[in-house]
Amino acid sequence: MAEIKNYTLNFGPQHPAAHGVLRLVLELDGEVVERADPHIGLLHRGTEKLFEEKTYLQNLPYFDRFDYVSMMANEHAYALAVEKLLGIEAPERAQYIRVMYAELTRILNHCMWLGAVALDIGAMTVFLFCFREREDIFDYYEAVSGARMHASYFRPGGVAKDLPEGLLERIKGFTERFPGYVDEYETLLTENRIWKQRNVDIAIVDQEAALAWGFTGPMIRGSGIAWDLRKTQPYDVYDKMDFDIPVGVTGDCYDRYLVRVEEMRQSNRIIEQCVDWLSKNPGPVKVDDYKLTSPPRAEMKADMEALIHHFKYFSEGYHVPEGEVYAAVEHPKGEFGVYLIADGSNKPYRMKVRAAGFAHIEALDYMCRGHMIADVVAILGTQDIVFGEVDR
Amino acid sequence: MTKKNSMEEKLQDDIGADAPYDPAPEVAGLRKRFGAQVLSVEAGIDCQSVTLARECIVEACHYLKSEHGFEQLMDLCGVDRSTYPGWPAGAPRFQVVYHLLSLSRNHRIRLKVGLNERELVDSVTEVWPTANWFEREAFDLFGIIFNHHPDLRRLLTDYGFEGHPLRKDFPVTGRVEMFFDESQWRCVYRPNEVKLRQLIQKSWPGVDRG
Repeated sequence: MAEIKNYTLNFGPQHPAAHGVLRLVLELDGEVVERADPHIGLLHRGTEKLFEEKTYLQNLPYFDRFDYVSMMANEHAYALAVEKLLGIEAPERAQYIRVMYAELTRILNHCMWLGAVALDIGAMTVFLFCFREREDIFDYYEAVSGARMHASYFRPGGVAKDLPEGLLERIKGFTERFPGYVDEYETLLTENRIWKQRNVDIAIVDQEAALAWGFTGPMIRGSGIAWDLRKTQPYDVYDKMDFDIPVGVTGDCYDRYLVRVEEMRQSNRIIEQCVDWLSKNPGPVKVDDYKLTSPPRAEMKADMEALIHHFKYFSEGYHVPEGEVYAAVEHPKGEFGVYLIADGSNKPYRMKVRAAGFAHIEALDYMCRGHMIADVVAILGTQDIVFGEVDR
Repeated sequence: MTKKNSMEEKLQDDIGADAPYDPAPEVAGLRKRFGAQVLSVEAGIDCQSVTLARECIVEACHYLKSEHGFEQLMDLCGVDRSTYPGWPAGAPRFQVVYHLLSLSRNHRIRLKVGLNERELVDSVTEVWPTANWFEREAFDLFGIIFNHHPDLRRLLTDYGFEGHPLRKDFPVTGRVEMFFDESQWRCVYRPNEVKLRQLIQKSWPGVDRG
């Protein structure tokens, strides 16, 4: 009888189920994964180095490109970090707009996740359904920022512009339609036999392991730990919002799916509350300090001082007081943190981005061991990996 | 269906929102336990920041995890302080910064250790396995070497990359560029010819910093 040896398989870097550029070296015993060694960094763009060469305003668009399926959530963490150092707070209306867009972004992210994972596992229709809703949300992105994906809309001190007329009615219409759409996804998946066979009891992570591996977001809630920064360490106006935190029971892929689906419904509730408030309360959307935000265009054309402010703002930028701060938001994927060290100049001295996906994919080896090779795709999917934030 | 129903029952309102805030017993505990090895404590804007001696970091992490409920290591990163304005000449060039999170106490703390180029810092992978990649990243980008690390390889940069890109003496344009060589029919590196440009100065003399 021939000697049986372990087989080493190279998965990626170009593999449709790798959700980007991941090289995964799998050591297999038959079809069972013995060890998984992810090689990341194929999308490393040196963003943290570039930060140190750019002013605070120029750094903002880089945040869209970290997790490029939940753009505004990344900007949110950066805006909060800079605001904390500057000692300012965005006006209330801006905070509501941010919360509304952060939740739209959560739906955007979860739709992308659901569609892509379902497609990996073999359900084609969900992908098409999810992308239909993503188109709607991209339209709302475009309406406020002019860009469908990389919006650069949240700014330290508020948001770039107020909402255009009629947008709130459109978003309101979306919130009325959306629960029905989630029902559609659930009809296709939740009780689907194949979906359950591929997800139930796959990659069970108990609470202790979830803590030790630094899991956050839906990954830790799927394991039954009710931890959500929007509740526990609320930022902006999340403390005024009424919503629930779904948690899983067993900590398998199916629980994490249920958690994310419920999160979409809860996000929809938050958006409804924001739309309601925003339609009644007009007001400023950025701080009234032209050293920190750009003056209105009309004023700039007529007023000398506004012109100087405009020039200084877009060339030199503003100086952030010396200090260090760690600001974290509940990003759709987990805790997205920005550790910012400012030296008092117009550029960050050092800015470290703590991406949720980085810790999650590190645990891929732990989660894959003992599973079949076909489950690797389901596990990669359940982690909701996007390489923009993992590789930075 | 039963599974879904049990999930809905577990939906919770306002988890931990009003957890009592206790002003940092862990700092007092660290001082008591490690004495002079706690070099300094800063209040910080977001959380307390404790600078520790390099030798005691693993023990301090074990202590904070077991006694003060810091279950999670949220972030670990290197910092190169060599061009920081007003950084004392004799002070260590690098820092390793740990961000710890306690879910049970809803509390964060920042730990720092300083070290110079050829000095080692002990790995905290035995405390939190997640530290593995964060330390690999700090090794890759800063050249900080972690003692007792199980697998200290480069993480983000290319296979065979030379240098540590986030050090302040590493040019932002890089040292090499990659191109496809027709004659050899493969990708090769050559010295970088991109000129370093500074579009916006870091300090503008004579400006109103208001």
